[in-house]
Amino acid sequence: MHQCNDIGIGSLGIVCIISVFIGAVSAVQTAYQMISPVIPKETIAQIVRDTVILEFAPTLVCIVLAGVIGSKIASELGNMRVSEQIDALEIMGINTKSYLVMPKIAASLVTIPMLVILSMVLGIWGGRLAGTASGILSTAQFDKGLLNSFSPYNVYFALIKSYTFAFIISSIPAYYGYYVKGGALEIGRSSTKSVVVSCIMLLCADYVLSQLLLSPAM
Amino acid sequence: MIEFKNISKHFGDKTVLNDVSHRMETGKCNLIIGTSGSGKTVLQKCLVGLFEPDNGEIIYDGISFTDMTEEERKLLRQQIGMLFQGSALFDSMTVEENVIFPLNMFSKMTPLEKKKRVDEVLARVQLVDAHKKFPAEISGGMKKRVGIARAIVLNPKYLFCDEPNSGLDPQTSMVIDKLIYDITKEFKMTTVINTHDMNSVMEIGENILYMYLGQHEWSGNNKEIIFSKNERLNEFIFASEFLKDAKDMRMLEAKGKIDNDRNMDELLK
Repeated sequence: MHQCNDIGIGSLGIVCIISVFIGAVSAVQTAYQMISPVIPKETIAQIVRDTVILEFAPTLVCIVLAGVIGSKIASELGNMRVSEQIDALEIMGINTKSYLVMPKIAASLVTIPMLVILSMVLGIWGGRLAGTASGILSTAQFDKGLLNSFSPYNVYFALIKSYTFAFIISSIPAYYGYYVKGGALEIGRSSTKSVVVSCIMLLCADYVLSQLLLSPAM
Repeated sequence: MIEFKNISKHFGDKTVLNDVSHRMETGKCNLIIGTSGSGKTVLQKCLVGLFEPDNGEIIYDGISFTDMTEEERKLLRQQIGMLFQGSALFDSMTVEENVIFPLNMFSKMTPLEKKKRVDEVLARVQLVDAHKKFPAEISGGMKKRVGIARAIVLNPKYLFCDEPNSGLDPQTSMVIDKLIYDITKEFKMTTVINTHDMNSVMEIGENILYMYLGQHEWSGNNKEIIFSKNERLNEFIFASEFLKDAKDMRMLEAKGKIDNDRNMDELLK
């Protein structure tokens, strides 16, 4: 519960801000590129919805979370390793991997998909807000477009991605933090390295999942 | 009693411990001394199972630690308390939470009993007003005392201390030494202390193992160390002119006492 609070509630602010803005920007940029009068305005809402659900909410938010949560996990465990707190737990006969690492992974698996769902909602709302505020389309047009050919499979796909990403952005930093050797400098290095590796792994996983889960639908 | 026989440990090509054997006595302060890099900490970590020795055997009160399964080791570790060089207190917990932590993990006491036990051990280490403070808010000496309190809260049979005086002023060092000594006697623990501190060696060194380049070089007690003829040990212990003078004075005093005793004997004759 404590870890859920740390990982979930701690990242809520940044997730909300990013989500609203990515939705808003995608609405404005989609409108900018749709110069043909033949295409109905509602299509903007459809594109915003699908890009936010399929890519922006799970991937972009998780990349940001890899920085926020990943560096926190790596530096927390790294500091515990360097200051011998992990050794102290082991001396007591406690399995430190299950005591320290598992709750972080479990909390990430619980909270990150929730954050992604919230991000989807806020992203679409941000797109609606920006679209109507800048006069690109009306709220009625946006809402109509939002319901047009909606595929629930996209949400399942986004959730599968978010579970995979949650595991990546908690387990990789935990590994780097848990096995850090040296002092404060090495904690910083391993924290940075863990974020970089997590981001690369996350993008690879994004591609692989898209190929595996979206190819038959294409 | 902890006995270890022919312990060797290598890290890559580097031999850190080479065929080290010794016996740590029950109810005594057993000191491991030596220069930096002599293998003291690695030996202690091998003894508690944080490192696995490449060769040799470790025996806790007649039971081979080396042959124990992971589960058996876990059970044994509940009888081990350890004070780390940097105290290793959990940053996110208060002093009270740090000390109660082993009780929460391993004891079946009621919350009230746990609270009473924590108050007892904190009082034993002379910390009565620090329950709600975080490690960052207390001094180095207080951290060591909290570390000791946490180490003894489960009434362990074995206490390991890694450089308990590092970073402390001489007066606080003596307080910590006395505390460890008293606790060892009070609870009849087998206490193993890694130290560089010559005060500790002279004050509480009841069984001393001197290590040199990963090997057992000398062993004895704080009385014998003064008269040791081991050159490496003497270079290490009496490194400064002041300590050399102190040693000479001690030897002269002892010689004078012997001469006095002889004179007395002759007079009595």
